[in-house]
Amino acid sequence: MVPALLVEDAAKRYGRVVALDGVSLEVQPGELVGLLGPNGAGKSTLVKIACGLIRASRGRAEICGAPAGSPPARAALGYLAELFRFPGWYSADEVLRLHQRLAGSTGGDGERGRLLELVGLASARAVRVDAMSKGMQQRLGIAQALVGSPPVLLLDEPTSALDPAGRRTVRALLEELRNREIGVLLNSHLLSEIELVCDRVVILSRGRVVAAGRPEDLSQARGVEIETDEGIRLFPEARRDQVPGLVEQLVREGRQIYGVRVLATSLEEEYLEAVGGDTA
Amino acid sequence: MRALPIIAGYALQEALRRRIFHVVLLLTAVYLGLYWLGADEAFEEVAQFDDGPVEEQELTGGTLFGLSMFGTLFLGSVLAAFLTLGVVRGDAERGLLQPLVVRPVGRGALLLGRFLGAAAVCVPYVLIVYTACALITRTAGDWWPDQFLRPGVQLAVGVLVVAALGLLGSVFLSATANGIAIFMVFGAGLVAGLLGQIGEALNSETLETVADRTSWALPFEALYQDALYRITSESRGFTGLAIELGPFGGSQAGGTNLPLWTIAYFAVVLAATLAAFSRKDL
Repeated sequence: MVPALLVEDAAKRYGRVVALDGVSLEVQPGELVGLLGPNGAGKSTLVKIACGLIRASRGRAEICGAPAGSPPARAALGYLAELFRFPGWYSADEVLRLHQRLAGSTGGDGERGRLLELVGLASARAVRVDAMSKGMQQRLGIAQALVGSPPVLLLDEPTSALDPAGRRTVRALLEELRNREIGVLLNSHLLSEIELVCDRVVILSRGRVVAAGRPEDLSQARGVEIETDEGIRLFPEARRDQVPGLVEQLVREGRQIYGVRVLATSLEEEYLEAVGGDTA
Repeated sequence: MRALPIIAGYALQEALRRRIFHVVLLLTAVYLGLYWLGADEAFEEVAQFDDGPVEEQELTGGTLFGLSMFGTLFLGSVLAAFLTLGVVRGDAERGLLQPLVVRPVGRGALLLGRFLGAAAVCVPYVLIVYTACALITRTAGDWWPDQFLRPGVQLAVGVLVVAALGLLGSVFLSATANGIAIFMVFGAGLVAGLLGQIGEALNSETLETVADRTSWALPFEALYQDALYRITSESRGFTGLAIELGPFGGSQAGGTNLPLWTIAYFAVVLAATLAAFSRKDL
């Protein structure tokens, strides 16, 4: 299967500064990959290379098998930049219409209405961008990225200006995109969000991949906690697959069981360990 | 190139909806009103002069209209500068450019579309102001240029040269720096014209050469000087001599190579802009 996004040994130098140093990653169709890392780790540089906004000093990037930046790659891509703005004098509907024309989308009025509804802006169709809050503009940016139903989405901090309700809407949207077989690379500082929605996580630090895998694989077991009528019992060496045996043993001993919790390190703890002191 | 008319339309909409365009329209109305007042007064005064070797009405008409052409070139250049100074780096810094560039548009179409959008505003603007000034001069003093159409077109092309230079500068400079650079370049052209006039008066070959080369390096000045020459090309004798001194740099026939040079200049500037933009990291 052709990956939605393929990056191989991508590097980018700005003079003496190394922004990206040999990063490789893949996003399959229908897969949601989270990109994590401290400021200056190279996340946005990587996303921009994939979009064709900047040229890699070394390595290659492909979108659905086409070289990044080429017309077929751009036609297959939806992108939300970290820092973006739409002309203040455009209405939400006009922004989407412009992007429909540029993307060659034939979705027309129906697509615009669906997208605005999807991001919770159905009632703001005629509202000018300069009259929108930052959160509304960010949701419009997400709708813009979805114009033309691209098979690949690159989202750079899509929820940074959203309130909790807006973030929940975006999470639901991302899950729907996964069901539609769209490959998504999600760059975010919000670890909880990545943990909730992403199939895989890639952690960058100083331009290199320092950890990668499924969120549950990245976390380490810290034992099992069982709440009984005598209080909480901790089994620090126990794993998830030992839970039925432990419960059975406690019941045999005449204990009442009220709850069981499998303990593991959080993504945040794993992230901090992976990036070490790199918190720039 | 499918995207070219879309981007040009976007640029045109942007230009017409920006406040700066309304400010320019207001300033233009004030400018035309003042020009009418000044022309009316000037023609009334020269009508009272005794007959001499100079045809006062022709001298006054040529001088006033020449000045108005400078005003038109200046206002058109201001408009061209504002429409192009932030097209690449300025828009990229504000985050306006990235959502457009990642679309299957092509950077060449994006640049050319923005240039055509600016041209669609600047060219009609210059031609309308130029025609309005000619009609005002005719109404106030019954004077009409010897050649009408070509000088107007040359002024419009001169403004397009400024727009092309603004576009080139926008790849390298931030919007503010580029705006300053454009007006410095415009000023350099104006100074070249003045130097040429001084050189001619002092019979200084060096000054004339400097002025001549600068006006060719900045062809909006050469186009303006040629346009000035054409509006009074049939004036002879003392009147012709007086007019030749001309306002703001004097008139100078551009010769047959000027149109070819202007086309080549456009091609080089736009090609350089595209080459720089296509390699630029955003």
